[in-house]
Amino acid sequence: MTLAAWSNVFVYASMAMYALAMVAFAASFASARVGPAAMPTSTRRGADAPAKVGVDADSDDLAVVAAPRDSAAGVDGAGQQEDPAGLAAAARTRAQARGASGSRPDLPRPESTEPLPPGRRAGNIGMSLTWVAFALLVVALLTRAAWAGRAPWGNMYEFSLASAAAITGVFLVVSLRRDVRWMGLLVVMASLITLGVAVLLLYNDSPQLVPALKSYWLVIHVLAAIVAGGAFTVGAAATVLYLAADRAERDSAGTGPKALSGWRGSIRSANSGAAAWVAARIPDAASLDAMAYRVNAFVFPLWTFAVIAGAIWAEDAWGRYWGWDPKETWAFITWLVYAGYLHARATAGWRGRKAAMIGLVGFACFLINFFGVNLFASGLHSYAGV
Amino acid sequence: MSTGIGYGDGDGVGPGEVLLGDATPDEQLALTADWGSARRRRSVGPRLGPTGWLRWTWRQLTSMRTALALLLLLALAAIPGSVLPQRATDPLAVNAWIERNPGAAPVLDELGLFEVFSAPWFAAIYILLFLSLIGCVLPRVAAHWRSMRAPTPPAPRRLDRLADSRAWTTGDPDVLATAEAALRADRWRVTPGQGSLAAEKGFTRETGNLLFHIALLLILVGVALGALFGWKGTVIVRAGNGFANTLTQYDSFSPGRLTAPDRLPPFSFTMTDFTATFERDGSQRGAPRSFAATLAYRSEPESALEARVVSVNSPLRVDGAKVFLVGHGYAPHLRVTDSTGRVVLDDTVVFLPQDGNFASTGVVKSPDAEPQLGLQGLFTPTAALNEELGPHSTFPAPDDPAVFFSAWTGDLGLDDGTPSNVFTLDTDGLEQIGLSAVRPGETWELPGGAGTVEFVGFDRWASFTISRDPGKGLALAAAIAAIVGLSLSLFVRRRRIWVRVDREPGTDGTASLDQYRVQVAGLTRSDSADVCAEVDQLVAQLGGPTDGEDER
Repeated sequence: MTLAAWSNVFVYASMAMYALAMVAFAASFASARVGPAAMPTSTRRGADAPAKVGVDADSDDLAVVAAPRDSAAGVDGAGQQEDPAGLAAAARTRAQARGASGSRPDLPRPESTEPLPPGRRAGNIGMSLTWVAFALLVVALLTRAAWAGRAPWGNMYEFSLASAAAITGVFLVVSLRRDVRWMGLLVVMASLITLGVAVLLLYNDSPQLVPALKSYWLVIHVLAAIVAGGAFTVGAAATVLYLAADRAERDSAGTGPKALSGWRGSIRSANSGAAAWVAARIPDAASLDAMAYRVNAFVFPLWTFAVIAGAIWAEDAWGRYWGWDPKETWAFITWLVYAGYLHARATAGWRGRKAAMIGLVGFACFLINFFGVNLFASGLHSYAGV
Repeated sequence: MSTGIGYGDGDGVGPGEVLLGDATPDEQLALTADWGSARRRRSVGPRLGPTGWLRWTWRQLTSMRTALALLLLLALAAIPGSVLPQRATDPLAVNAWIERNPGAAPVLDELGLFEVFSAPWFAAIYILLFLSLIGCVLPRVAAHWRSMRAPTPPAPRRLDRLADSRAWTTGDPDVLATAEAALRADRWRVTPGQGSLAAEKGFTRETGNLLFHIALLLILVGVALGALFGWKGTVIVRAGNGFANTLTQYDSFSPGRLTAPDRLPPFSFTMTDFTATFERDGSQRGAPRSFAATLAYRSEPESALEARVVSVNSPLRVDGAKVFLVGHGYAPHLRVTDSTGRVVLDDTVVFLPQDGNFASTGVVKSPDAEPQLGLQGLFTPTAALNEELGPHSTFPAPDDPAVFFSAWTGDLGLDDGTPSNVFTLDTDGLEQIGLSAVRPGETWELPGGAGTVEFVGFDRWASFTISRDPGKGLALAAAIAAIVGLSLSLFVRRRRIWVRVDREPGTDGTASLDQYRVQVAGLTRSDSADVCAEVDQLVAQLGGPTDGEDER
């Protein structure tokens, strides 16, 4: 069996793992319930467990880190002069520092003494399967690279494999720092769809490259674009969930869209119901918004770099660094829209939902750039062979 | 800013900051303050004179809202440039599109939709965007300059109201000096106070932000320099033939607006060899694998001859210009005689590839022949013939080359001086005298004794783009600066640490002489653990309690 055939075996094995992970995450999502009752605020958790001082070592989440310290201060303060107000003030300050309305942080970490919350076990299984699927996909890419003797993203097939790995990879890196099981379903689905498209539509059995791709810039430019693509996808998943949470929060506060009669009313109330169902299973809107921002703010310089590296390569290959080739044009459009997203978050009247919508438009532009341009436009980037 | 010690007051960030309310200002990329709304209030008046209107317009233009709208508008405006063919990249596709859509095309053409990226309306959007950027960045440079010089606000009275605060008691009277030294050693900017100190770090955030936006301006300057003083031309060179870098030798040449086309760098080269290889097996059969042109070049007419292989991704740099290999094809060597037996052509003729298997078309026009001869040829490197496709090529390498000819006689219309395309034969008024396929070495006797056509052999040609862009160095430097600035502005956090040292109140209510109460607190504008770790570090350096062991 050739290395290429082994690579295919690993791809299929990885897809099977992704499918299982998807089932696990779906089960976890369906049974999870994150209400105010199931989800204590950091303050409450700190006050309930004053003995558990000490920082959760593998977390840098400020809420988790700060809670024990605050509670210790509060309890000590109480020992001296009964100062619950001080604790409340500290919590308020932190909430403002976080920019959140401050009701719900990320999901609580499991305590060994407590029974697992509903859906928790399935979520853990989903995470483990996702790690396995990711590892298999990385092995598939490495085998493919060893077989071809070059970076494993030389055609659309390999490029899609690497993109699926990037989506999962970004998600897993985020998961090391905070609990993002609630996002697992969307991320695993995106990876699996990408892999399915690669295997069914884009399969390519050639180790060779067209001359235009024979450059070390293939490693730099395309890798940056692939990682950026993974992060854009994770950011978009967080943004979609933010919109659902925001809708549910506005509905419950009575500031959501007004009720309508007739079929439009039915759709609207169905949307509200769906948003409420989803929102009960994910963190609050403010944390989701902050998370989507963090991912997108990480990816924006990377995307800028990918575009500039592409320009340097283009100058070497085609004699000009920018020529409004369809791929270049859409990379530029994507860049502009994400720049718009970052600016919108700082513009009065645009923060929140409108900024999130711009972010999603940016992701759509990115998808057009990644797939649409290769499928529908003829340009200098169409060598990759669909 | 209910804490009253936030960044909003007195740190020179700008009036708009206050309007941001409880948003997380740290998340703001860039021209964060909403300049427009802050200033608009001031500019409201009963009547505006001409200067008032100018002022108002300028404030509108430099508002974040306008910048945001222009960003999105520019993105929208670029879309037709990727959907419709563009003259700058593919003029032939534009003509074909116009022929297919005679109804809509003139309107679209009038709107400049086939030249989007040089259209006035496109330029208007990005010029407005850059004006907006300048108007936003300049005041912020000044504000940032002041802010870096302004002292950090002194420590608030109640440090324990901050999220990251620590307190303990020590007997060390020099604890404040130790703290100052430790913070300064860590490159904090320290503002000493009375029994307290304030330290601040992370000014590079705004510095990076401003650098990024100024770098974008410089990229535009680099692009403009290239458009004004650069030039670009394309030329087809047959193997064994040469090229000298003068205007007349180019097949097409586009100079910048201020380029002097008569003063091009005087290099020259001869293409001594050209090789191309293609995938032989598998699903990618026929895909190109390598192209290489061997050039013998002189950078000046008097300089020594040097050899260099030019391939895709590996251009020749010579005399401030770059020579890029951009295409290739076949040039059959034809020997044509007329009815009198005179040789009217004995040379290689450039045929243009029409598909991935390099079926290539070319034309011979011999107005001096007796009678005048016109030949249409289809060169197929690996010839095949069937009913469905007619003559065609099945592989791009010359495994079994042939030329399929169609011969015409009549007035070629070249004598009246009107320019005509060398790659097409206008057969109006011509008479077709025969069709034939010719293999290398074979000669086709034209019907009626009109002459002979011999397919002697074939050679290769390569097309080169030769260009010079004096602005690209600046554009590259500015692009690197933009990435550096952008990363700083997104990843550095501005943060403050305060230290307050008071005498510990004794049990009898008077201050004790040798016990001091130390309070340390940090603040960032976002929920970052950064300052938390830095507070921990400082506390450790001051001999304070380790984490979680607060003592009072």
